[in-house]
Amino acid sequence: MYNFDFEKPSSVADAVAALGAEDAQALGGGQTMIPTLKQRLASPSKLVSLTGIADMKGVSASGGAIKIGGATTHATVAAEAGSYPALAETASHIGDPAVRNRGTIGGSLANNDPSACYPAAALGSGATITTNTRDIAADDYFQGMFTTALDEGEIITAVTFPIPEKANYQKFVQPASRFALVGVFVAKYADGVRVAVTGASNDGVFRWAEAEAALSSNFSASALDGLAASGDMISDLHGTAEYRAHLVGVLTKRAVAAAA
Amino acid sequence: MPKDSGIGASPKRREDIRFLTGVGNYTDDINRPGQAYMHVLRSDMAHARIKNIDTAAAMAMPGVIHIFTGDDFEAIGGIPCGWQVTDRFGEVMKEPKHPVLAHGKVRHVGDPICAIVAETLAEARDAAEAIELDLEELPAVINMADALESGSATVHDELGDNLCYDWGFVEENKEAVDEAIKNAAHVTTVELINNRLVPNPMEARVAIGEYDRAGDMSTLYTTSQNPHVIRLLMGAFVLGIPEHKLRVVAPDVGGGFGSKIYHYAEEALCTFAAKTLKRPVKWVSTRTEAFMSDAHARDHVTKIELALDADNNFTAVRTNTLANMGAYLSTFAPSIPTWLHGTLMAGNYKTPLVYVNVRAVFTNTVPVDAYRGAGRPEATYQLERVIDKAARELGVDPFELRRQNFVTEFPYQTPVAVEYDSGDFHRLVDKLEKSADFGGFAARRAESEKKGLLRGLGVNCFIEACGIAPSNLVGQLGARAGLYESATVRVNATGGIVVMTGSHSHGQGHETVFPQVISEMIGIDESMVEIVHGDTANTPMGMGTYGSRSIAVGGPAMVRATEKIINKAKKIAAHLMEASEADIELKDGAFSVAGTDKSVAWGDVTLAAYVPHNYPLEDIEPGLEETAFYDPANFTYPAGAYACEVEVDPDTGKVTIAKFTTADDFGNVVNPMIVEGQVHGGLTQGIGQALMENAAYDENGQLLSASYMDYAMPRAADVPNFTVDHTNGTPCTHNPLGVKGCGEAGAIGSTPTVVNAVLDAMYSGGHKVDHIDMPVSPSRVWAAMQKG
Repeated sequence: MYNFDFEKPSSVADAVAALGAEDAQALGGGQTMIPTLKQRLASPSKLVSLTGIADMKGVSASGGAIKIGGATTHATVAAEAGSYPALAETASHIGDPAVRNRGTIGGSLANNDPSACYPAAALGSGATITTNTRDIAADDYFQGMFTTALDEGEIITAVTFPIPEKANYQKFVQPASRFALVGVFVAKYADGVRVAVTGASNDGVFRWAEAEAALSSNFSASALDGLAASGDMISDLHGTAEYRAHLVGVLTKRAVAAAA
Repeated sequence: MPKDSGIGASPKRREDIRFLTGVGNYTDDINRPGQAYMHVLRSDMAHARIKNIDTAAAMAMPGVIHIFTGDDFEAIGGIPCGWQVTDRFGEVMKEPKHPVLAHGKVRHVGDPICAIVAETLAEARDAAEAIELDLEELPAVINMADALESGSATVHDELGDNLCYDWGFVEENKEAVDEAIKNAAHVTTVELINNRLVPNPMEARVAIGEYDRAGDMSTLYTTSQNPHVIRLLMGAFVLGIPEHKLRVVAPDVGGGFGSKIYHYAEEALCTFAAKTLKRPVKWVSTRTEAFMSDAHARDHVTKIELALDADNNFTAVRTNTLANMGAYLSTFAPSIPTWLHGTLMAGNYKTPLVYVNVRAVFTNTVPVDAYRGAGRPEATYQLERVIDKAARELGVDPFELRRQNFVTEFPYQTPVAVEYDSGDFHRLVDKLEKSADFGGFAARRAESEKKGLLRGLGVNCFIEACGIAPSNLVGQLGARAGLYESATVRVNATGGIVVMTGSHSHGQGHETVFPQVISEMIGIDESMVEIVHGDTANTPMGMGTYGSRSIAVGGPAMVRATEKIINKAKKIAAHLMEASEADIELKDGAFSVAGTDKSVAWGDVTLAAYVPHNYPLEDIEPGLEETAFYDPANFTYPAGAYACEVEVDPDTGKVTIAKFTTADDFGNVVNPMIVEGQVHGGLTQGIGQALMENAAYDENGQLLSASYMDYAMPRAADVPNFTVDHTNGTPCTHNPLGVKGCGEAGAIGSTPTVVNAVLDAMYSGGHKVDHIDMPVSPSRVWAAMQKG
């Protein structure tokens, strides 16, 4: 770790101001940032912690949607997002208890790790990512591995998920990291089904359009028979591209069957 | 009725207060006054020529005290190898120099280049980034078969090629084995990879060097399984410090599994730097460094052939292995694929002819050495895989095929040099068939199938050789060390006992178990016995702990010393009771005269030894302290039979261990609870190798699995509740405790059991998959089922 300055503002405005410094970096729960710093792979001049901003914490549900503050931990979502059970369930299986008690939804979405769980939940739910300056639709937000629509210094203050009729997330864990080797989030809304896939693609989280079309007309696992996910799949020590493409199909079926 | 003390009892571990409540004293807990910090700059290339190292800018950085490079060690010895193998042509192995810091070339990612000593660790790391390295990258030698091709780049240019040795065993049997295989009714062949592992003890390595100018005395605190071995290797062969001027302390050590046997560069660097700079110097490995510098494990590529006659009797085994040595010869590396591997290739079977060929290969990878089991898992894995495959090919029950070929008479002279002293392999299988409920397997398989899962049953029988000995034999085999163990038993005036053992406990529980033996012998409470280990200043020269040797070799040393104590105490007791020494009996901590009601307590005798007012001074010396060195007559031979049931998800290839049952023969057992813990740990490590762990290099020699993000370690949820049994063993016939050792069995016996079960599960689903390599990951299982 290199030396850096540290600030922990209590308002979004102060955080935005602090992030104006050259090479300043926002810090959520630090579950990616701190290991990166310890490996000396990043050298920000200043870390601006977002975890002291009360307005960015908490879970509230109203009008068929659930809103989660950007600095809310996975453990809090797991415990308090009961009005969207599939989302609470997803949060409850991210990492381990230590990760869930520190890691935040805003941090996860800002990082957009290609194997993280929350991007699948957000994209699969058509969530809205609210920042200090604007609202961004999930479909516009995710722009490839570790790439998002966020501008320099922009902070995710909240994420709003429309609550579906049914949803489920299936994660097949990579045995070492316990990230998703492949994860599929399926959500059935009145106006159609959304299927979002994490872990599989070199382009990061993506929607599986063919599966969405098939499930929108017939929400059953059998509707997926004969469909195969395609695209630029990841191939690594833990699974070939072919295997990942196969798992997308298996997990989507399981998610449909388990959706509640 | 279980005993509550002595041999066979299971008192809770007295170490746990330290290890479980945070009051242990690990090397990193030690800080010396005026201590400086060392950071090691390591190669990020697998193979490169060092053209220049410019440390000028780094030396000028804040806090920097000194920067060492390979030039500083050129005149000093390199890191020695402790075993010299002689090849099948009578030539000794090639033994390249192993510099403390890379000199001329770097030979693996992680090879140390510079040691930076600074006032703080952060300053040392900052300075490392300011060192200007001019490295000319060379082609990396990674794949062993490629490494042996003519024209391959060479890891050590002065050796001419990458072959360390071409070993044949038993070379005189080679032609007979070839003939037997040619004439066999059936030959089964398996080609397999024994995957490379990273040991991953919980505590990473740490070293602190300290130098006392007043006494010209060097001290090394280090995470070692054998401080005396390090003192000898480092003092005599690297730094030229005689033993009486060098103290090595290995305090609480958080696991080793073999990886902390060896002498590592950082130990010499800290000791040398402390003496040079007149400052204590501390180095703490990061986990990333551990992946790149702790000796790795296994990494064999093997073809094994099993020949059978028309009645399914094994007639011959022939096996050819490429064994990866890595870039340098680690301390005991040459012995692992040879004497700890070839000698076990008869297994539990009366196969009359065995030939083992091993070619050891240098590559641009981290050195490979012993790891829990060391050679014996590699032997067992291939043998038990080929037997299972033969059973399937012949359409016979895999256990019946094994039973038919079991050795049943003991002692048994194998065709691969070793002589098994005791065992009862049928009894182990009999026990296992009951405890693993083979009769209920069909019903369990049907239940699994209802869930859409394929269920498989895998079995395995194994024998291992522990407590490697005797010293004169291992000397003939190439060991450059003896393999005895030592103990000094010091009885205090009021009867308490301190045992100073050459064994080293790094999680095994010696401090609990060793007193049980003394308690049994004298009849005093275990709480009266304290175990001291891990410091060359206050323990007799001993060889440390590895190869399941502590109770098997260190235990008898303590027994011999205690026998001397008892003999002397009887003389004192005889004097006190004015009786004949021959009539003195020791029972329940009191000496009595046979046939009388005269007795004196243990404490009365020990007090007399130190306050010798009424004492036979003309015959015996005062005091009660004895030392013994024990050199075993033979190895010990623990054996076992294991069964594993797995469920395989045909959609994802995921393997779940549903049931794991063991029947082990450890001879006599001192503390059943601790033995059970050892078995659990060994099984978990074996399951880790079978299903998850894999140290993978890319073609450029970059370690792909260099952190826990990619190197999968087994966790509690990955293993089932084990059903283990180690009762009614056949005692070892040649040591006074009848013990065989239990530390490695689980790791040795589990890998083939798991893989055989996975293959059985795939067969049950109609997938004719004859072979799959470890780790049996979901991706690999799925891919195998697509093909077969």
